[in-house]
Amino acid sequence: MYTPDKLVLALKRKGFRFFSGVPCSLLIDVLETIDHDPEITYVPAVREDAALGIASGAYLSGQRSGILIQNSGLGNIVNGLTSFNFIYHIPVLIVATWRGYQGRDAPEHILMGKIVLDLARDMGLEATVITEPIGDSVDKATEVLERDRKPAALILPPNIGRS
Amino acid sequence: MRSADVLAAVLDSLESRDVALFTTGMISREAYRIRDLPSNFYMIGSMGLLTAVGAGLAMCSPRRRVIVVEGDGSALMSLGNFALVAHEGLSNLVHIVVDNESYRSTGGQPSITRTIDLAEVAKACGYRIVHKVAARDDFGSALLRCYRDPGPAFLLAKVVEATEDEAPRVDLEPPIITERLRRFIQDTSGATNLA
Repeated sequence: MYTPDKLVLALKRKGFRFFSGVPCSLLIDVLETIDHDPEITYVPAVREDAALGIASGAYLSGQRSGILIQNSGLGNIVNGLTSFNFIYHIPVLIVATWRGYQGRDAPEHILMGKIVLDLARDMGLEATVITEPIGDSVDKATEVLERDRKPAALILPPNIGRS
Repeated sequence: MRSADVLAAVLDSLESRDVALFTTGMISREAYRIRDLPSNFYMIGSMGLLTAVGAGLAMCSPRRRVIVVEGDGSALMSLGNFALVAHEGLSNLVHIVVDNESYRSTGGQPSITRTIDLAEVAKACGYRIVHKVAARDDFGSALLRCYRDPGPAFLLAKVVEATEDEAPRVDLEPPIITERLRRFIQDTSGATNLA
């Protein structure tokens, strides 16, 4: 089974049925899998902070929710996370791709690729770099949501997420 | 018309399953002072995020009316959300902008809604119902028109500020605001809105 299917299956197993996001090329197959799954709602957002807001609104409505974004988008949700989600105890799963991974990518991704884990850590955002078995990574991130009622991140390096 | 007039009218109009979200700054503080309800959500940070939160809530609770009240600064910050709300066709969302053409909570610096008409923005994006009012007597009837037919509805309320005492900060802990609203939504789901 291709990895994107495994990721979506693991997310569904943990009760995720609602996502918002902004596409990344590393998410093409994940988004396509979700698009073909009638049990999952995906709302395309105009910007990553809007995606975070939408997923937060879904949580207020009683749904378990996440966002699918590129790591560059993490920069667009710092304020939402630090002055809203963490403060209001609104857990949202942040699935972010890792462009600029190991310093190999187009120039606009290099700096964010270098700092993404530090940035997450400095915000108090627990970030799990996804590895096999994918279910374990998803479980770990979801546990933070459940235990602490705060957002958590799953980081997808380039070898995961594309078949 | 002052922002307190708008907020009082909104709070008076709420029906039993409605949820109202108020943006950061004076709008939340004044709403809290006028009438606090478990179905009220007060944002204390993250200016510009509120409409997206309301949109997500509206999407997941399609048979519940969701009212978002933000200021002109907040709306300008997240103009993309106008497009999103209209594109998603959120018929249960009422989007109200209290427009005093300034950043009141940070010292009254002017905002660009002196020349930019947010009602025209909403219309161009495709909101189903769009109203713009400046007189107190007109606000109530405009609000009812926003409620009566399927939206999304946009209501631009032009206000001037009176030099009255500042409303104090919302003294509810944010996690309480979250849990209170979640519980309200859970407790009132299943019942249908009375026509």
